[in-house]
Amino acid sequence: MYALEHLLEERSLDIQIDLYERLPVPWGLVRFGVAPDHPEKKLVADRLFNYFLGHRNVRFFGNVTVGKDVSHSELAEWYDGVIYSVGANSDIHMGVEGEDLKGSWAAREFVAWYNGHPDFSGLDFDLSCKRAVIVGNGNVALDVARILTMPIEDLKKTDTADYAIEALSNSNIEEVVILGRRGHLQGAYNNPELEELAHLEDVKVSVESDGFLPTGNDSDPAFSASSWEARRKVKMLEQLVQNSPADPRKHIVFKFLASPIELQGSDSVEQIVVGHNKLEADDQGNLKAKATDQRSSLETGLVLRAIGYRGNAFPGLPYDEQRGVIENIDGRVTDNSVPLKGTYVTGWIKRGPQGIIGSNKQCADVTVKCLIEDGKNGVLETANTLSADAVTSKLAERNIKTVSEQGWRKIDHFERSAGLAHQQPRRKLYDVNKMLDIATGEATA
Amino acid sequence: MAYVITAPCVADYSCLEICPVNCISPGPADEKFGSAEQLYINPKTCINCAACVEACPVLAIYEDDNLPKKYKHYAEINKEYFEQDGATAARV
Repeated sequence: MYALEHLLEERSLDIQIDLYERLPVPWGLVRFGVAPDHPEKKLVADRLFNYFLGHRNVRFFGNVTVGKDVSHSELAEWYDGVIYSVGANSDIHMGVEGEDLKGSWAAREFVAWYNGHPDFSGLDFDLSCKRAVIVGNGNVALDVARILTMPIEDLKKTDTADYAIEALSNSNIEEVVILGRRGHLQGAYNNPELEELAHLEDVKVSVESDGFLPTGNDSDPAFSASSWEARRKVKMLEQLVQNSPADPRKHIVFKFLASPIELQGSDSVEQIVVGHNKLEADDQGNLKAKATDQRSSLETGLVLRAIGYRGNAFPGLPYDEQRGVIENIDGRVTDNSVPLKGTYVTGWIKRGPQGIIGSNKQCADVTVKCLIEDGKNGVLETANTLSADAVTSKLAERNIKTVSEQGWRKIDHFERSAGLAHQQPRRKLYDVNKMLDIATGEATA
Repeated sequence: MAYVITAPCVADYSCLEICPVNCISPGPADEKFGSAEQLYINPKTCINCAACVEACPVLAIYEDDNLPKKYKHYAEINKEYFEQDGATAARV
């Protein structure tokens, strides 16, 4: 969407843009990744992206799979330029024995599930155990911890998928342990996400870390040497620990200097063996986590790894296996460093899965500047570029049930109206066929 | 008196683009942008024009007198950002 913004901002040119999306609905992670208890962040779609989608130079083609319904080489011919912003659809594995046991998942899958992503809506998460373990302590880990511990009454007022609200209402999980490889001064979560834990009703927060004191961590020299953000995080941990409720309903435990060693169980996970790390300064004086022989065990039936998303290879495009991105330089797709004319990337499939929503605005700015520069330098192949009508005909010839912007607005309206009755901002559809029925106006509301 | 950027901030920087006095940091050209948790308004240079409030796509900006209870501490956080060593109020 930010690539759209920057293309539209280029006032010296009148750029027409067709937006292809595999699902019938737009927005990507803003719809399917951002936590349901962060409705303000989702406003970026209503208050900003919405206007780009509705711009007269923009057409939406939802329900079209590039690589199946239409190939990259066709798009490269039909258009002056193609920008891929397909994100990171896989994740980093722990690489430990038992990782594939039932009950062991990627947090990515759990997030997509509770956010109503059509490809994940059918997943069956067993929430009958007393303890869940999350491996990794970034923002995704904290999102998952909040969703697992927040009062159901609050969850019911969000746009969490209805089947997930149902499953979470019946959850037996009382304790969520968040394992972090490094120490309490290196927590990967951001400050706003950490402080939100203070607003979770009746949830106790504990910290297990070498050298962490319930108060007065400022006297640790490593504390003073840390960044402003890191110091604020430690003070917040102190506050969370001190202000724990007297009669907690749920418990979140931050276990630092802890790495997963093995998942054990007969057919599903029953416990996780945790290795303890210690911090050691390397040659440059930077503190690094080093494994020790110390081991402990946690009983658990749900292990969610949250140690990073990862981009997949895309049909027809060169893949950088090491970084998990489409090979590129500044957003120009390259094959062994040779640029592929007219082909660009932006977002996580370009940079890797890091940063927040706005990071992609700066990212797209760089990519679009490259595209515009290439256009002005005559590098783009424009000889066979099709007219808007010709593209529509091509797609129609293939019997693809595309969803237009109007179709999306019908789905949007349907979801919001359904939400009204339940005091939710929307009640999400998660069945693609149902979405298509609504989009093409073949269903009664 | 100043405006304050609070927790919902997603570093979209529309606020920075509309600010007439460059009081919002870090900008997209700043090396700190990639790792920033949010953007911050310098209370010493903010002129209270409120242009940023509507520009923000996630409604993260409040007048300091009108901060909701859960975001009251963000006034101090925005101020503290600019008091770090090497921090600059100018857009780089």
